[in-house]
Amino acid sequence: MNAARADLEAHRRPLRDKVVSAATAVELVSDGDHVAIGGTNYSRTPMALVFALLRGKATGLTVSRPLSCFEAELLLVTGTASTLMTSWVGIGHGWGLARVVRHHVEQGLAEYQEWSHLAMAMRYRAGAMGVPFLPTHTMLGSDLAADTGARTVECPYTGTTLLAVPALHPDVTLVHVHRADRYGNAQIDGYPFLDVDMVHAARRVVLSAERIVEPEELRRSPRETLIPHFAVDAVVHEPFGCYPHECYGEYEADSDHVAEYMRAVRGEGGASAGELACEGARHYVAEHVLAHDEFGGFVASVDEQRRTSLRARARELMPR
Amino acid sequence: MITPDELMTITASRLLADNRVVFAGIGVPTVACALAKRRQAPDLTIVLEGGIVGLRLRAGQLPDSTNEMRAAVDVDQLTGITDVFLAAQRGFFDYGFLGCAQIDQYGNVNSSVIGDRAAPSVRLPGTGGANDIASLCTETFVVTRHERRRFVEKVDYVTTPGFLGGGCARAAAGLGFGGISTVITDLAVLDFHERTKQMRVRALQPGVSLAEVEKATGFGLLVADDLGALPEPEPAEIALLRELQGTG
Repeated sequence: MNAARADLEAHRRPLRDKVVSAATAVELVSDGDHVAIGGTNYSRTPMALVFALLRGKATGLTVSRPLSCFEAELLLVTGTASTLMTSWVGIGHGWGLARVVRHHVEQGLAEYQEWSHLAMAMRYRAGAMGVPFLPTHTMLGSDLAADTGARTVECPYTGTTLLAVPALHPDVTLVHVHRADRYGNAQIDGYPFLDVDMVHAARRVVLSAERIVEPEELRRSPRETLIPHFAVDAVVHEPFGCYPHECYGEYEADSDHVAEYMRAVRGEGGASAGELACEGARHYVAEHVLAHDEFGGFVASVDEQRRTSLRARARELMPR
Repeated sequence: MITPDELMTITASRLLADNRVVFAGIGVPTVACALAKRRQAPDLTIVLEGGIVGLRLRAGQLPDSTNEMRAAVDVDQLTGITDVFLAAQRGFFDYGFLGCAQIDQYGNVNSSVIGDRAAPSVRLPGTGGANDIASLCTETFVVTRHERRRFVEKVDYVTTPGFLGGGCARAAAGLGFGGISTVITDLAVLDFHERTKQMRVRALQPGVSLAEVEKATGFGLLVADDLGALPEPEPAEIALLRELQGTG
């Protein structure tokens, strides 16, 4: 039996109230763990949980995410993470290169394990399916295949060469959802991303939720419940929990806030540009993360009118 | 005055036929697809890796990411990332459409590292879905500015496979379908030799000489026997493009 299955068989999650604070939830993360972060790029990032990680004790994490944004920079610059496993890192697209990530990788301070987007998806899915690998036609022949050590297999029926993408079982997966009940049943609106596979693949799972609702409310639309209670360890109530990133139908990303971050990490060029960027990112962490005991304080520090307008813009984009 | 980016966007948009499905990267590829939809290809279906099928770009409201709410307005389907990539693997998508940082004579694309991979001089953002798109779609277009630093004999890193070492190398690696069919730049449209898979100049942008293209390329290009000249962009195309981008 593989280790992830053995762990799961010994780790049943009975129906109980799992609502805790973010600080308590991230105590599930230990030094050197593999932590998967839900959402992609600047969409439905579990930012409240990421901020709790930054305030917490765990260091030297490997962080995986299909597409990464500035949360990767904050995790590296604080030493919370030392390895990124992803297909892409940038600060959105409009905002430019991830200067802090660049500095860390170029200086050998951090490792960037690059898989293609589909390969990341198949890694989580193989983990979620309980099989050791999944065959795919993607990534064959590229340096990504060579550098990740991904091996090929021959199809036993046709002789076709396929890439055997190895299963990934994160130690802890962090996902932000729209609605969860106290047991961990959860619903996501809009883009599902890779979150459900990330949850099923993981050894431990923490959900943050815009709203905690009564179980009866979720039972009215069971088809929309993408995450079942038996896969979840902790539920954290975090309204505006993706800010400054977007949460589908709830609020748009705050481009002014991200622009402020980009100004903070914009060194003046030359050899010290990378270090200046890191200094800017550390300053950001001090001002916006460590200055608050919990994420709610950070949210409250954002002008209320701005929050209202981000909510209004999200509503305008919804189908009707 | 038309900008180089506008010129290559318009040229690229003209290559997209109606009633096809295109898996597009964000930026110039998405805009070129949206332009094609307003011109010769109204029933072109645009797919984005965030899980969007049937993107309908609204003028002046271009999304910065394939994963955000602004991309999901008035779409045919909003599904999972894995689902759209697996649909590509199944063979549903006629075109892949990508930008690139660096491309070589066999159409291999680098969006990972410049310099030594162990100690890179520049760490680029990474593949995203580009590797998957070019591995899995029936044919893939690449659109990029034509500069010597981008058109290199051998890429520092094969993020996205074109024809790898040329000839049958792509199929030998297990990629029995697909490949980069066309490269669209501000100077020319290029394709690949049927047998050797070396890059070949197919047609020149208006007013551009073959010598200019060769000067902006870091390797020896093949030249098509019937080397053509591309038509001038029409004022209506330029106006439509600027309206889309909100720069009109």
